[in-house]
Amino acid sequence: MVQLSSTLLYIAFVLYLIGTFFFGGAIRDKRKERQEKDRWSQLGISVTIIGFLAQVGYFVTRWIAAGHAPVSNLFEFTTFFGMMLVAAFIIIYFIYRLSVLGLFALPVALLVIAYASMFPREISPLIPALQSDWLHIHVTTAAAGEAILAISFVAGLIYLIRVVDQSKPSKRTFWLEVVMFCLITTLGFVIVSTAFGLSGYEAKFTWVDKNKQTVEVIYDMPALVGPHKGELMKESAGRMEPLVEMPAIINARKLNTVIWSLIAGTALYIMLRLLLRKRVAAALKPLVKNVNLDLTDEISYRAVAIGFPVFTLGALIFAMIWAQIAWTRFWGWDPKEVWALITWLFYAAFLHLRLSKGWHGEKSAWLAVIGFAIIMFNLVAVNLVIAGLHSYAGT
Amino acid sequence: MEHVKCECGHVNPHGTAFCESCGKPLADLGEKPLLDMRYEGSARRSQTYKKTMIDQIWAFFSSVKVGVALIVITLIASVIGTIFPQQMYIPPNADPAEYYKQQYGWAGKLYYELGFNNLYGSWWYILLIALIGVSLVICSLDRVIPLYRALKRQGVKRHPRFLERQRLFGVSHVSDLDKTMAVLKERLAKRRYHVREEDGHLLAEKGRFSRWGPYVNHIGLIIFLIGAMLRSVPGMYIDRVMWIPEGETKEIPGTNGRYFLKSEKFIFETYEKGKDNEVFNAAIDRVGNGMIAKNYQTNVVLYKRVGPVIPGAKPKLEKVKEYPIRVNEPLEFDHYALYQVDFRLNEPKAMSFQLADKQSGKTFGTVTVDLYDPKESYNLGHGYRVELLSYFPDFEFDEDGNPSTKSRVPNNPAFVFKMYAPDRPKGEVSFVAIQQTIEPFGNNKYKMAFAGLQTRNVSGLTVRRDFTLWILGVGGAIFMIGLIQGMYWNHRRIWVQRVNGELWIAAHTNKNWFGLKNELRRLLDGTGVMMPADQLENEKKAGQGGQAHGTA
Repeated sequence: MVQLSSTLLYIAFVLYLIGTFFFGGAIRDKRKERQEKDRWSQLGISVTIIGFLAQVGYFVTRWIAAGHAPVSNLFEFTTFFGMMLVAAFIIIYFIYRLSVLGLFALPVALLVIAYASMFPREISPLIPALQSDWLHIHVTTAAAGEAILAISFVAGLIYLIRVVDQSKPSKRTFWLEVVMFCLITTLGFVIVSTAFGLSGYEAKFTWVDKNKQTVEVIYDMPALVGPHKGELMKESAGRMEPLVEMPAIINARKLNTVIWSLIAGTALYIMLRLLLRKRVAAALKPLVKNVNLDLTDEISYRAVAIGFPVFTLGALIFAMIWAQIAWTRFWGWDPKEVWALITWLFYAAFLHLRLSKGWHGEKSAWLAVIGFAIIMFNLVAVNLVIAGLHSYAGT
Repeated sequence: MEHVKCECGHVNPHGTAFCESCGKPLADLGEKPLLDMRYEGSARRSQTYKKTMIDQIWAFFSSVKVGVALIVITLIASVIGTIFPQQMYIPPNADPAEYYKQQYGWAGKLYYELGFNNLYGSWWYILLIALIGVSLVICSLDRVIPLYRALKRQGVKRHPRFLERQRLFGVSHVSDLDKTMAVLKERLAKRRYHVREEDGHLLAEKGRFSRWGPYVNHIGLIIFLIGAMLRSVPGMYIDRVMWIPEGETKEIPGTNGRYFLKSEKFIFETYEKGKDNEVFNAAIDRVGNGMIAKNYQTNVVLYKRVGPVIPGAKPKLEKVKEYPIRVNEPLEFDHYALYQVDFRLNEPKAMSFQLADKQSGKTFGTVTVDLYDPKESYNLGHGYRVELLSYFPDFEFDEDGNPSTKSRVPNNPAFVFKMYAPDRPKGEVSFVAIQQTIEPFGNNKYKMAFAGLQTRNVSGLTVRRDFTLWILGVGGAIFMIGLIQGMYWNHRRIWVQRVNGELWIAAHTNKNWFGLKNELRRLLDGTGVMMPADQLENEKKAGQGGQAHGTA
């Protein structure tokens, strides 16, 4: 059952990839007029739906195998987030029939799922705090809300690529490239993790932590930065010696992974720039040149309008109900809770600016990008960097 | 108060942008091609009166700009609070001043000195939340009253200048006006529009209730904030900790002696290979067998005191129920909830010693000392007897080198025994501590040989009673209802009028213009009426740019 589950996830991944190309074909198809149903888009959405069903199959089989919904660790949660992202895309696609949305939403979902797969994938048993039906209710609703909000980012990104003037460098082109760079660095992380994982690299260190205890740490990438007073253990003799040593309060292993990802991301980005001979966003611009800006803006806003209540329900209200049952209090200023509140405050500000101050179009698109950055920060950094009650999700 | 009378005869309050009834612009709108439909052009107090101090405070808090600024400041403050752990998450015995400096260096020291270690309980953070609350109330009142007025009084027949300044507007020439109007009216009603007719003009409207969504959700938020505030009112909120060892019965703190709890057993289980679902094996291997917690459980019996409270007398108890308290499964009774939150395994409860002859090793009976309630004398029969002269539960030598105890918790128990035997009628003194024995008055014949340790588990429970929960629940529910009401529906209006023998159509929605246009397309399909143009898009295409008009 576990094997079947993994295979289904793999199939879903490949299908999303194929779907992306079909949606790409739909853009290049010049004959297309809005009223006329074009074959490329139909193929694209069909493949996406089959992929989604395969992923639902992964979810269900894994649930059966484990006896609990597979949303209990970082791999499972992030994969589920990717699945909800695809679901949200499918829904929005059937409202607005915009193929270019698929061309951008599916790669984001692919990146999310690939990123998830870099974390331990085994089925983990539930610790007492997680043994509750609220696990399924709270986590799935919160993920669905975040995924719908992510569609707002995708539409915002399309808007920005279309509208930002690439003829001369500016703040706008710079920040748009930063967004591109972040996406590429995520890919870089996936590539280095996979490469070192396949080569079976392992270096064991002993080091002294902040409580002055000597402990062991296993690096699965060559150590550019080493742990505090770190020494290679005997069985790892001959592995690379760290270039720089970190103080005890910094988790050197994680920082090392971040540095490797940045190196890979930068290398990829520079290669792309050399190949394309222009900014990455500029190279993407022809893909979106026929996009109706008002429609894209509306999709971005609509995604927030649909996603915000779902997010509130899942990430705040259900979260509070469960926290009252499991942790004796509905709110405890745990970092994950605070970041859910920050996300909520941000989108509340977004809606007020849009409704009352008329922040439409480009301003609104930038806000959608920032909103997604906050969601990703809560998913990635809060789990891996800021430890708290939710940190079991990050092992 | 000054009123403005429109040419249609309707009297509008001072400050109205366009007539509540017919929509004729009252103020000079200049060259602006489109009407700002936010709040229906109604007279808002904040925009109309700016003289007195109260007017100015009102205008300040009613501004969305101020509201958003407050949200953003709160947001940034909240971010700062997550840089380092808040004080409630550092080890309870650590001194915060030292802890932050030691763990995080100068940044930690600064963090502590600026008071960010307790950011969410600081007066300025609470003030920010309170200001958001004030802003919510004033913003809502400033808008909802005039909006309600304007929507209630809107007329069917609108001034041509109102119609042509709508975003969706079109003029058509149709051969049979009456027939077309009748068809449109029927189709609109079929699409569940509420259609009003006046002098042959139509106003079709649906989803007006979604306009109240924001105000409903603001009410929900205010109720929620009030609930959160009430927590500090004495009696509304009880939060106590209770440590209870296995086998003991204790009064539940915070219940004024009305309830008692007995712990039958504490159970701690971990996941183990072979016993649990084998799909977990890989995860168990990575962390270690027996390292992943599976269950924390205290089996308890709840008792209620019956009869009056007599000081000093043992309370009369009546069993209420037995219950296994687990994480996620608190014991609930009489508005209280008891949660499993902590435990201590294998706490020493009693120590056993055998009185033995040092030389022959022969033993003369066993003494069991309850570490929490030791007896002074233990009679072993046949003339053998042991007296406990001193007991140090948490033994150490004090500054003067004398034995003393650090606490009353038996972490390191030590005893001074006096052993009596038929051949030692005056007794021998022996000092017994863990791993050591001292004979202060010379060589003894007898010794107290360690014969075993009895341990027990202690459960840490949290006692809660929170009378604010239902208020928070009501607030949260109202907030969600308002949010869904405002977000998942939209307020659409379509005006169909005869103007000089032509058919004029104008349409407005507070959001989702894409949906409105699709609806109009389907509505007008085959009627010979032209699809109204999107004047905003045309305006942009004409190269004038400009921001879209927002509506609430």
